Amino acid sequence: MKKSKLSLLLVLTLVLSMFLAACSGGTKNEGKEKPNKGGEKPSAEQLADKQEITVLETAEIPTMDSVMNQDVLGGTMLNATNEGLYHLDPDQKVIPGVAAEMPKYNDDKTVLTIKLKKEAKWSNGDPVTAHDFVYSWQKAVNPDTASPYGPYFMEDKIKNASEIVAKKAKPETLGIKALDDNTLEITLVRPIPYIESYLTFSLFYPQNQKFVEKEGTKYASGADHLLSNGAFKFTKWDGPTATDWVLEKNDGYWDAKNVTLKKINFNVSKDGQASANAFTAGEADITPRLAQAAILSQYEGSPELMRYLEPSIWWLKMNEKNPALKNVNIRKAIALAIDKKALVDDVLANGSIEANFLVPKGFSFLEGKDFRESGGNFLKTNKDEAKKLWEKGLKETGLKEVTLAYIGQDTETAKTTDAFIKDQLEKTLPGMKINIESVPFKIKIDRDNKEDYDLLMGGWGPDYADPMTYMDLWLTGGQNNHMNYSNPKYDEMIKKSIDELASKPQERWKVLQDAEKLLLEDDAAFAPLYQRAVNILVNPKVKGLASHAFGPDFSYQWIKVVK
Amino acid sequence: MAKYLLQRVLYMIITLFIVISVTFFLMKLIPGSPFNNFEKLNPTQQNILLEKYGLKEPLPVQYGKYLKAMVKGDLGVSFQFDNTPVTELLSKRIGASATLGFQAMVVGTILGIFLGVIAALKQNSWVDYGSTFIAVVGKSIPSFIFAGLLQYYIAVKLGWLPVMFWKGPEYTILPTIALAMFPISIAARFMRTEMIEVLGSDYITLAKAKGASYWQISVKHALRNALIPVVTVLGPLAVSLMTGSLVIERIFSIPGIGEQFVKAIAMNDYPVIMGVNILFAFLFVVIILVVDILYGVIDPRIRISEGKTK
Repeated sequence: MKKSKLSLLLVLTLVLSMFLAACSGGTKNEGKEKPNKGGEKPSAEQLADKQEITVLETAEIPTMDSVMNQDVLGGTMLNATNEGLYHLDPDQKVIPGVAAEMPKYNDDKTVLTIKLKKEAKWSNGDPVTAHDFVYSWQKAVNPDTASPYGPYFMEDKIKNASEIVAKKAKPETLGIKALDDNTLEITLVRPIPYIESYLTFSLFYPQNQKFVEKEGTKYASGADHLLSNGAFKFTKWDGPTATDWVLEKNDGYWDAKNVTLKKINFNVSKDGQASANAFTAGEADITPRLAQAAILSQYEGSPELMRYLEPSIWWLKMNEKNPALKNVNIRKAIALAIDKKALVDDVLANGSIEANFLVPKGFSFLEGKDFRESGGNFLKTNKDEAKKLWEKGLKETGLKEVTLAYIGQDTETAKTTDAFIKDQLEKTLPGMKINIESVPFKIKIDRDNKEDYDLLMGGWGPDYADPMTYMDLWLTGGQNNHMNYSNPKYDEMIKKSIDELASKPQERWKVLQDAEKLLLEDDAAFAPLYQRAVNILVNPKVKGLASHAFGPDFSYQWIKVVK
Repeated sequence: MAKYLLQRVLYMIITLFIVISVTFFLMKLIPGSPFNNFEKLNPTQQNILLEKYGLKEPLPVQYGKYLKAMVKGDLGVSFQFDNTPVTELLSKRIGASATLGFQAMVVGTILGIFLGVIAALKQNSWVDYGSTFIAVVGKSIPSFIFAGLLQYYIAVKLGWLPVMFWKGPEYTILPTIALAMFPISIAARFMRTEMIEVLGSDYITLAKAKGASYWQISVKHALRNALIPVVTVLGPLAVSLMTGSLVIERIFSIPGIGEQFVKAIAMNDYPVIMGVNILFAFLFVVIILVVDILYGVIDPRIRISEGKTK
């Protein structure tokens, strides 16, 4: 009885979260009230006297140097304390930050001219100028800096970046110029349809050359060695090993009048249940992501639970080095045999949804329309069809039995998921035998890179807000293909959408959708399983927490604490 | 005694050297890259990173360089913590773990010995069964369950103590209790067995015959002799407690070193793995030496200088 109630609730929340994710990727917590508060409207709410919150994070901040950062928490903290040319609003729309307006393009859309706000200031009083951007970009692309993401984000996109990384050109030749203190000119290798959202990444943030050089190796090593040009500034942070830190409102921020929150205390708490305990005891206002179904069930249906889909998609990779998996019918059979609905509803039970696609929901938009709205559904669970295809595949390959090595992660959630999939495959497809190996994350990546697996449970999060961040993975010899998938037709479609169609968004969108169909429906290159949901606990008195589909996890600058 | 100490210190250095060497080469066998998002980088960038951290050189060269720097007190920089020197990381993190471990050790040993002694003195009474029960519970319930229960009932439900973090003495109470359960049970078990054995020995009978009082017999004669095996077990246990408990540190969000060590291994953060290992090994050999010296203090019969010379 308890179970049915729970699953009804689950379905309801699922529907709700899908609906909300479709309208916006933003906060779902707004307007929800504790039942005993009655029908009080948000407009009637009064601000609390103490505009201060406590936030739990599961890890320390690895670095606060925007050029060296490659971490989501680092990105979130950079987004809170610093500002680039553009940033994301609560509805994932790109809005000007240090830039005064959206970029002006030349005719072939390869040169962007951007005017900067004159009132943007560093927390030491210096103005934020175009030179600050030129400095940080050149530093990021310079191979001597060894920035993990600098070359990755700039190569083949910003003019001369590839040459600089290969040490065939000087960093000064990078396609970014300060026309004057307040005008920036960026030159691209080719038009990039998603360039505006791309520029919101913390890698592209400005750095104050004078300050950075004065600090030398001490730069970004603690609160006193940082400059802020964003909504908040660090008042306490003892460097990358610190397990607590404090942000306070930056009164010099150009938009400070619209920042209500005065202070955010961050603490590291790595255990999910312990974080939930601290939240329940009132010691924290926002928890980290809680993944375990056992913890989530305690808060199911509570106004404190904030749940939304993130663009993180999970799939079963099938290595075509294995002769059985080289056969398309066997691959299809595997993809169709897994009951994805049961997987998300009963096993994961955290609001995740079944994925019958590659490009996730609620993340890439063209003229306000989600890629998924016009994209199709492929490889939906169909056990009867799976059985037929399995027979056919076995006949074609002459095999009677297929034994596959399955690589999964060693976390609790991953192990349950893997056991479920093994069961599904072995029960639906006679003669199938799965051997699960549960390994730590790093080892899984290693087995993936070495193509030392038959089936591998993997996932991918976006690096920028365009379907391409998922699509170019499967190119022949693609850097993260690692499953020997190759289809010249697919390669051609992807290349076409990078080059020829770069400035024809509608046509490009269509070609990408066709490529996705080819990849999944025709080739069953891998088996898409689910799109993950985020679950966090938020104090209902904390309004306006904005979550983001890519880049930083959250923006804190629109938060208001109500009475 | 001085000669003996010198000899022991020499052995300690050899032991440490072996531990360092074995760890260094074993660690390099762990598959995977020490860098985050390594798979997203192209080969050129991967090369840049590997070169920067000297990971492209042959292993023996890396090993030689490491030893050379280590002798000078340089343990390298952490990969996961933005080039923070390992020595700085260790000194920032060991404090909380050591404090917690020390408190748990003191509480655990005193309570454990007390329980063990009264259990032995009142053998087969309800006191004995009660103390055995506590020992069995302490040994068999995993610390994460005990810590979770304490946190939920004492901190969340009753609100008597803070749920987590490490901000003052009151924050150390729950984790200390949770961590002390294990030493309590170990000390109680050993103490009981030893006490019963000692109480049955001839010299105790003699002491009784001579008319020594009950307390004199149990405390002065029996307890002192029964302590020897307990000290042997508690020495290494103290090291493992003071070098941090992954579980307790996670649940109570304590900035200690136990969590760090496990994470370093999972992330292939080579310099941190080495640094923590050297620290642990060092504490271990020191404690073992201290235990050996303590034997002599407790029991004059095994004082080293006498036993050694002849």
